[in-house]
Amino acid sequence: MNYRHIKKFALLAAIILSAVVSHFSGGWNQYHLLIIITIGINIVLAVSLNLINGYTGQFSLGHAGFMAIGAYVSAYLSTEYGANFLRLFGGHAGALAIALLFLGVLILGGIAAAVAGLIVGVPSLRLKGDYLAIVTLGFGEIIRVIIQNTDAVGGARGYSGIANYTTLFWTFALAAVTIYVVVSLIDSTYGRGFLTVRDDEIAAEAVGINTTRYKVVAFVLGAFFAGIAGGLYAHINNSINPQGFDFQVSILIVTMVILGGMGSTPGVVLAAVVLTLLPEFLRWFAKSDLLDWLVRHAYQFLSPEHFAVAAAKTKELFESRMILFSILLIALMLLRPQGLFGALPRRKASR
Amino acid sequence: MPLLDLQHCTVRFGGLTAVSALDLQIGAHDLIGLIGPNGAGKTTVFNIITGVYRPTSGSIAFDGRPIGGAKPNVIAGRGIARTFQNIRLFATLNVFDNVRAAFNLRCKHGLAHALWRTPAFYREEENIERQVMELLDIFDLGRHRATLCSSLSYGDQRRLEIVRALATKPKLLLLDEPAAGMNPTEKEALTRLIRQIKDRFDIAVLLVEHDMKVVMSICERICVLDHGTKIAEGNPNAIRRDPKVIEAYLGEAPANV
Amino acid sequence: MSQVEFFQQLINGLSLGAFYALIALGYTMVYGVLRFINFAHGDIFMLGAFLGYYLTPRLMPHFPGALAAVGVVVVVLLTMALCALLGILIEKLAYRPLRARPKLTVLITAIGVSLFLEFGGQFVFGADPKSFPELIEDRALGSGALTITKGQVIAFVVTVLLLVALTFIVKRTKLGMAMRAVSNNATAASLMGVNIDTVISFTFGLGSALAGVAGILWSITNTTIDPLMGVQQGIKAFTAAVLGGIGNLPGAAVGGILLGVIETFVGGSSFSTYRDAIAFALLIGILLFRPAGIFGRMQVEKV
Repeated sequence: MNYRHIKKFALLAAIILSAVVSHFSGGWNQYHLLIIITIGINIVLAVSLNLINGYTGQFSLGHAGFMAIGAYVSAYLSTEYGANFLRLFGGHAGALAIALLFLGVLILGGIAAAVAGLIVGVPSLRLKGDYLAIVTLGFGEIIRVIIQNTDAVGGARGYSGIANYTTLFWTFALAAVTIYVVVSLIDSTYGRGFLTVRDDEIAAEAVGINTTRYKVVAFVLGAFFAGIAGGLYAHINNSINPQGFDFQVSILIVTMVILGGMGSTPGVVLAAVVLTLLPEFLRWFAKSDLLDWLVRHAYQFLSPEHFAVAAAKTKELFESRMILFSILLIALMLLRPQGLFGALPRRKASR
Repeated sequence: MPLLDLQHCTVRFGGLTAVSALDLQIGAHDLIGLIGPNGAGKTTVFNIITGVYRPTSGSIAFDGRPIGGAKPNVIAGRGIARTFQNIRLFATLNVFDNVRAAFNLRCKHGLAHALWRTPAFYREEENIERQVMELLDIFDLGRHRATLCSSLSYGDQRRLEIVRALATKPKLLLLDEPAAGMNPTEKEALTRLIRQIKDRFDIAVLLVEHDMKVVMSICERICVLDHGTKIAEGNPNAIRRDPKVIEAYLGEAPANV
Repeated sequence: MSQVEFFQQLINGLSLGAFYALIALGYTMVYGVLRFINFAHGDIFMLGAFLGYYLTPRLMPHFPGALAAVGVVVVVLLTMALCALLGILIEKLAYRPLRARPKLTVLITAIGVSLFLEFGGQFVFGADPKSFPELIEDRALGSGALTITKGQVIAFVVTVLLLVALTFIVKRTKLGMAMRAVSNNATAASLMGVNIDTVISFTFGLGSALAGVAGILWSITNTTIDPLMGVQQGIKAFTAAVLGGIGNLPGAAVGGILLGVIETFVGGSSFSTYRDAIAFALLIGILLFRPAGIFGRMQVEKV
C-alpha cells in the first residue's frame, strides 16, 4: 500500500461514512435531512459542471436540462417498471432489490443525459464563449419544452407518485464518486488535456491534442453526472415538473462553480455547500426575532401602514435567493473573478 | 525525397492572396530560414503546414504522405511541431504540465485507465515524468518545474515553448520569430540554442525570423517571400547579394545585415 | 391553410417581428462595438413595459381629449429616456470596469445584471402579472375577413420610423459614424481621436431606448406584463439578431421580421405547443450551420 491508492481509499472511506451516517439519520428532522441531501445533489451538479465550465473552459448554461433528462428517465423507469422488477424477487423484495433497482434507474437516467450531452457537445466544437452559453441555454429550454409536451410523464402538470428512494447514503456516496472521477481524471496526463483546451485551443492542437474529443468527453461525462443528480432529486421529491428545471437552476449551478473558482474541485464543493445553506439561513433569518427587532428599530420613524409594507418587503428581500445570487455574481466578477479558490486570472504573455 | 514537400501551395482569404504557388522542400536534416518583409505570408506558410489553414490549392506532403487539409493535432502526431509568434503557453499550467501536455499525443492510457489507476497507468505516468524532466533539464528549466509558466521571464517562456514542441518528438520543428522581442544577449543565446537542438535531436528546422543576423548566422539555406511569392532561395551569401531581395527590402531597411 | 388565414398569420407575424426587430437592434449594436452579448438587454424591454405601466396613469390625465396623442408621445419619449439612462448606467457600473478582462467575466456579469433586473423587478413590482393600462385603444380596424388591430399598425409604423431614424443616426451623425468606426476597429478609432467611452455609452443608450419603446408597444397589444417577460422575448430578439448576422443593423431588422413570421406560422400549425422552442431551435441551427447569419461575414481567428 502506498500513496498511489490514497484516492481509492478516500472514495471507499467516503462511501462507508455515508452509509454509517445514513444509518443513524433515521430520527433526524425531515426538513434538515432534505437540506443535507440537497447539498449532496448540488455537489454532484456543481462538480460535474465544473468539468465542462471550469476545467475544459466550455461555458455551458444547460446543466438543468441534463438534470431534467436524468430525473424524468429514472423516475419514469422506477415508477412504471419498478414494481415489476421488484416482483422478480418474490414477495420479500428487500433493501438489496430496491438498491439494485434504484442504482439501475439512476445509471440509465445518467446514460440518457449523457446522450443529450453528446448532442449538445457537438455545437461546442464550433462555438465559443457567449454563443456557446446561449446555445446550451437554448438546448436546456428545448428539453424543457419537449418534456412539457410529453404526456407519458405528465406534460406541464408534472410527474408524480415517484418512490422515495433517495437517501443520505445514495446522495453522498454518489457525490463521492463524482468527486473521485473528476479529481482522478484531471490528475493524469490524459486529463491534463482538458486544461489545455481551456487555456489555448490552438496551442493544444499544435502539440497533438484532439480538442474535439476532449470537449465532447467533458460534455458527456458532465451530463451523465447531472443526470444522476436529477435521478436523486426526483426520488426525494416524489413529484417533479418541467418548471423545476428551468434556466434559473442552471444559473444556480453556474454560480456555485464560479464562486468556488472555475477548475477547483474543493472550492466548488465548498461553494455548493455554502450556496445551498445560504438561502436557508436567510429564510430562517427572515422569520427570526432578530430581524423583527432590527426592523422595529430601523423603521420606527415610519407611519404604521408604511411600516408594515417596509417590514414585509425587507423580509421578502431576505427570502429571495435569486436577487442574492445575482448580486453575488456581479460582485464576484467585479472583485474576485477567479472565485474563492480558482486558478489565477489569465495573463497574456507580453513584454 | 524531401521530408516536407510543398507543391504550388496557394492560400487566398477572400480577394487577398496571402501565399501564391509556393514550392518549398525541406530535407530531413535541414535548417532553413524563411524571411520576407512584413505581410509577406511567412506565418501563413506555417499555418498551412501545421493545418491551421487549408491551402486553397496545391499539395503538401510530409514524410512521403499528403497532409494537406489534415487537422492540426493529426499533423502534430505525424511529426511537425511549432512555436508561435506571440507565445502560446498554457497559462494556468505550471512549467512541468506545459511540457507534459505534449506527451498526451503518445499517451496510451485514456479515461478508463485514469479512473481505475492501474499499475500500467502509473508506470506510464512515471515514464512521462522522467522524460519531461530530462527535457526540462537539457534546457535548464528543471528548477522551474513547479512555476506557473506565466511568471517565467520572457526568454524562458520562449524556451519553454520550444521544449514543449520538442516533447512531441517531431521530425520537423517550425519556429515562428523566436527572436522577437529579445535583446542582443538573449538573441545570441537563442542562436546557440537552435544549433544545439539541431545537433542533439537531429531534426529539421524551419525558421521564420525578422532578425537577419540570427537567420544569416545559422541557416544553411534561406527562402525569401514577398507578397506571398518566393522571390529567391539559396545560401546566406547568395541571398545577401540577390538584387530582388534587396529591392523587396527597400523601404524597410534590412535590419542588422 | 386558406388564403385569408395565410395573410392573417402574415400580418400577425409582421407585427410580432417588429418587436423582435426593435430589441434585436440593441443586441446587435452593443455586439458591434463591444463584441459581447448583453444578456440584460431583454430586461430593459421589460422595464420599458413597466415604466409605461407606471407613467400612463400618472401622465395621461394631464392630456385630456384631443391631447391624448401628445400624452402618448410624452409617455413613450419619457420611457425611452429613462431606459436609455438605465442602459448607460448599467454599462458604466457593471461592464466598464471589466472591459480589459476576459470576455467570460463580462458575460457572467451580464447574466448577473439580467437576473438582478428580473428578480429585483419581481421584488419591486411584485411577481404577479399586471394588466397594462389602456394607453392606446387596441381595437380591430376595418371589418373585412382580415383582422388588423390599431396596436399592430402602430407597432409596425413606429418600428419603421425608428428604423429610418436609426439609419440616419448611424450613417449621418458624428456619433453614429464614430460608432461604426469603433465597430470596425476600436483601437484604430481611438487613435483617430474617437472617444470610445462616449461611443459605448451612446450605443447602450440608443439600444436601450429602442428596447423601451418595444416594451410599450408589446404591452399595448399583449396587455399583461410581468417582471420575467424579458427573458423569453430577449432570447427571441437575440435569435433575430443572430439570424440577420450579429453586428449588422439591417440584418437585425430582417431577422426580427423573419422570426416573427416563422413563429406565428408555427403557432398556427399543429405544432403550436412547440412555438416557444422554435426560436431556440432556429438559433442553434443558424449558429451551427451559418454562424455569421444571413448578412454577416465569417471571421477567421488570427494565429
